[in-house]
Amino acid sequence: MVRRYLRAGNLAVCALLVATFLAGQVAIASGWLNPYYQVQLFSMGINVILAVSLNLINGFTGQFSLGHAGFMAVGAYTAAVATTRWGLPFAAAVLLAAAASAVMGLLVGVPTLRLRGDYLAIATLGFGEILRSILYNVDYVGGATGLLGIPRLTTWPWLFALTVVTVLAVKNLVNSTRGLALKAVRDDEIAAEDAGVDTTRTKVLAFVLGAVFAGIGGALYAHYFFVIQPTTFSFLKSFEILVYVVLGGLGSITGSVVSATALTLLSAALQQLAALRMVLYGLVLVLLMIFRTGGLFGTWELSFEAIGQAWAWLFHRRPPAGDRAPLTAAASSPGSATLPDLPEVTRDGAPQDR
Amino acid sequence: MALLKTVDLGVAFGGLKALSGLDLELEAGELVGLIGPNGAGKTTVFNLLTGEFAPSQGEILFDGRRLGHLKPHQVNRLGIARTFQNIRLFRGLTVVENVEVALHARMAPGFLATLFRLPAWYEREAAVEARALELLELMGLRPYARQLARNLPYGLQRRLEIARALASRPKLLLLDEPAAGMNPQESRALMELIRAIRERFQLTILLIEHDMSVVMGVCERIVVLDHGVEIARGTPEEIRRNPRVIEAYLGEEASADAS
Repeated sequence: MVRRYLRAGNLAVCALLVATFLAGQVAIASGWLNPYYQVQLFSMGINVILAVSLNLINGFTGQFSLGHAGFMAVGAYTAAVATTRWGLPFAAAVLLAAAASAVMGLLVGVPTLRLRGDYLAIATLGFGEILRSILYNVDYVGGATGLLGIPRLTTWPWLFALTVVTVLAVKNLVNSTRGLALKAVRDDEIAAEDAGVDTTRTKVLAFVLGAVFAGIGGALYAHYFFVIQPTTFSFLKSFEILVYVVLGGLGSITGSVVSATALTLLSAALQQLAALRMVLYGLVLVLLMIFRTGGLFGTWELSFEAIGQAWAWLFHRRPPAGDRAPLTAAASSPGSATLPDLPEVTRDGAPQDR
Repeated sequence: MALLKTVDLGVAFGGLKALSGLDLELEAGELVGLIGPNGAGKTTVFNLLTGEFAPSQGEILFDGRRLGHLKPHQVNRLGIARTFQNIRLFRGLTVVENVEVALHARMAPGFLATLFRLPAWYEREAAVEARALELLELMGLRPYARQLARNLPYGLQRRLEIARALASRPKLLLLDEPAAGMNPQESRALMELIRAIRERFQLTILLIEHDMSVVMGVCERIVVLDHGVEIARGTPEEIRRNPRVIEAYLGEEASADAS
């Protein structure tokens, strides 16, 4: 039983994660990474959480939500109030933020997920704006000034752990039978329903889970940047997250991680150019969308199989084997198929077009 | 007792009566054809049986339970599965994944087990995949298991739809024009397949089909609809000679010639 967790792949991933964590820890503690770059590093982590969680809703379940900043705000304000007003420890604040976002996700999701496409987008956009107006007018959370002087409790271990948990949980979900239900809803809702998938429940589930991680992202944000204001969570923030997701590829976690990281860095690098910054940023987006309509990665995911295939292609000139590697050994055992297999692609010459 | 029974079943959209007064009875194990000219209301019957539409009159009794107010996924879990006239596969999923979706409702591991890959997850996922591959094997789709559904040739897409329907272990299978777009050889192979899966899964089948060689060749009984109303029922032989059926299909003159 334990052995299945100790596969080479899992161990390699763990080793990589530990190494990354330690490298980050050393770089920050030794002061090698100056405060400016630290801010970029933390922004990257938070943006990855937001992008991956939105991808779960927009990319994998096909429900076009524009309210992600709203859920982030719920998490940020809940956590900030919990630590500054109620004196709760950070861990409790994060949990509370996740719970509050889940409840909000349920409240928003149940009525709006009956809508499709553009209508859902507008409805979720409306939710974000309503929430922002409420925050503006509630004195308890500072009104237009927002909450100030939030302690910086988001440390590197917290950021790293929660980013990894988000990415792994979403990855585990989408690469499973339950994840297939999400993708089935995306591909054909009517057929999914007729195949026994409770589509309403499935959509709400994805929406709530996405909201939970957005809330956690908000909690981390509030406790890193000291200040949160209603304007921080305007629809511009929702669009920013959406850009990460679409640019990386709707339905690719790898894409969301890479594009959230890269665009955070790009945006920071262009900061010196002041006026030209948004022009260049916009230009990058336009060009990428023209030349890679499906986003940078489409629905491609980084995995050991993918690396193996790339290796085989590069060094042995063998085309990729299939669209997905078998999960169980039985699946690939020879002789399990009575019908003849598809003809092998010849190994001479260049790789075939697929 | 009949497996499926509809009493005075009908549905209207605004002023349009798409179906009215249908009394249909299927015994367990029967293979019944549902035919009629275009727009006769055949697919509407399927949409009512699966819960896609709520009936505006009458009721549906299936296996001792009343349907009609249930949602499609609930109907599916009670044991009615269908295929679609215009193929509806999950195009972005692989062939085996398409079947696994239909297994999801009964076999999927728990939510937390999925998120955190608990031991139970591995057992369940392996069982789901094994079951899906078994079904593909049976339908001759095993070699295509890892291909995207949208890349399958048309005839195999139809087969995959049937495989997916079988995955939810139906008692009643609704096939909506399975032979549409097939050549005569493919249609014959399809007839064999329909017979085989009925035996193997002890199914009751209701079949909509325009290809008369398939309908006449495989169905034991036939019900004919026209303009949302039943106009005839009987054995293939009786239907072939029924003047009202000929009239509905070919117009009045042809029916006068025949009689």
